[in-house]
Amino acid sequence: MSAVAALPTRKSRRSWLFALGLTLVGINVAVALLTLVWLPYDPSSTAGGRLETPSLLHWAGTDRLGRDLFTQIMIGSRIALMVGAGAVAIGAAIGVTLGVLSAFATRLLDDTFAAAFDILIAFPTLLLAMLVVAASDTASLWTAILALGIAISAIVARLTRILAKRVIGMDYITAARTSGTSWPQIVVKHVLPNIWPTLLVNFALQFGIAVTAEASLSYLGLGAPPPNASWGRLLQEAQGTVYTAPFGAIAPGLALLILVIGINLSADGLRDIGDPTRRGSR
Amino acid sequence: MVLFALLRLLPGDPANALLGVGATAEQIAAAKAQVGSDLPLAEQFVRFVSSLARFDLGTSFVSQAPVGAEIPNRLTVTIPVTLLSFALAIVLAVPLGIVAAVKADRWYGGVISVVSQLGIAIPVFWVGILLVTAFAINIRLFPSGGFPRHGWAEPLEALRNLALPVLTIAVVMASSLLRYVRSATQDVLGSDYLRTARALGSGFTEALLRHGVRNGVVPIISIIGIELASTFLGAVVVERVFALPGLGSMLLLGISQRDYPNVQGVLFVSTLLVLLIGFIADLVQRLVDPRLRDRMVGSP
Repeated sequence: MSAVAALPTRKSRRSWLFALGLTLVGINVAVALLTLVWLPYDPSSTAGGRLETPSLLHWAGTDRLGRDLFTQIMIGSRIALMVGAGAVAIGAAIGVTLGVLSAFATRLLDDTFAAAFDILIAFPTLLLAMLVVAASDTASLWTAILALGIAISAIVARLTRILAKRVIGMDYITAARTSGTSWPQIVVKHVLPNIWPTLLVNFALQFGIAVTAEASLSYLGLGAPPPNASWGRLLQEAQGTVYTAPFGAIAPGLALLILVIGINLSADGLRDIGDPTRRGSR
Repeated sequence: MVLFALLRLLPGDPANALLGVGATAEQIAAAKAQVGSDLPLAEQFVRFVSSLARFDLGTSFVSQAPVGAEIPNRLTVTIPVTLLSFALAIVLAVPLGIVAAVKADRWYGGVISVVSQLGIAIPVFWVGILLVTAFAINIRLFPSGGFPRHGWAEPLEALRNLALPVLTIAVVMASSLLRYVRSATQDVLGSDYLRTARALGSGFTEALLRHGVRNGVVPIISIIGIELASTFLGAVVVERVFALPGLGSMLLLGISQRDYPNVQGVLFVSTLLVLLIGFIADLVQRLVDPRLRDRMVGSP
């Protein structure tokens, strides 16, 4: 780096951003948990006026049926986190398993796996998820989660395979092997502890991508059906009334933006912690 | 082959798309025979591959129109949108990315970085909705959606309709591209060859242009190839926002109607385009960087 003296300030700025990211994610988690026990309005109550502008009574205004938008956005936060967490959990479970298996497999099997991952990665996450959703007859929250999870698993599998292979090539693995450690033990004791920091950062990034992709899916009408107030669906509904009530098309997007920025900043912070050499780049 | 597997894994027989509710067993059998879904999977696959080799993409189950004829129609919307927004994204991202790296300690360098962080986090369709709110409703400069019925026969009208979609994709793409440009520039700035050039007496800008660009651009080109591919996906969603009759809306309609030939055709053509883009990016990279030319065929 150019100036050694500049390093401390940059470092403190970055840890400040990490704290900000964690705070933003924390707020979302808190709101999501809150919706389980308390909501400002009954989400299906149409008591408010239609398409009201934001006021003290309705912080984000009301939608075209007179429902309180802020309540819906709060529920949307829960859905976004559920989809993100569920999709990453599925993607991680499938992806890490396949990736490790592939890294340990015979040459031929490994090449086949690697080619399959590469092909799947050529399809962007959202496109793959669209196909999986199209495959299921009824669109539900779980289809969206499953679809995104499958799409994410290809990315995770590819990364895991590369990382695991790098570890397996090390001398201490040969040493462990000759001293009689079995393959499953090697995976648990040596491979996973060495690759998890990088994987964790990737999971965080995939979480953000999943949240955005879910919003896109529901915006396109391929996500969770109406009782679920997904941010994407709120935006899609608001687009129809954007001429009379533009704020309805802004508020859910802001909520989404806050969550995704929080996730991305947290991922950056995690990467800096896990890999000090990359501090300052990117 | 992957396409074929993915599409056949979908439950729900495509023949259902041809029929209304309450069709008789004979009608179902006839429809299945028509779309070929009563044949064994292996035979379906052979038919699929042989027709692809002839660039015959089949006929739509729903409209009975040949898919191969519909796709070029749709591409006249999607390709201009993709290329225009891509060009705009590069024009925005390259200078801003360099400024963000060189002037990282100034306030505007920081602002550029923050804005690009925002741009990455925003879903592309929301940018579209915001631009509609701003330009079509408040300023009334551009139409909020649609495409002239005669397409490019009315070039000015068509361009006006494409303005907001192009701007939408460009903003989002420029944000992520900008970060790559910035980090490539940072690498160049910290490099020994730049310090040497400066020590030999060239000015800062001259050194950056003569030595920096050539080195910094190599990783950027491969990123550009990947980004161009993801622009297509941007187009799928953005076409929905602006009601454009492009490849993306064809894909969405195909999925919702279980119109496999349409879905297959769109995916086949877009996969081809993605591969082509990757190939071109690879070639350009070799032209720019002599070190890559010496290596034999194939990139990792």
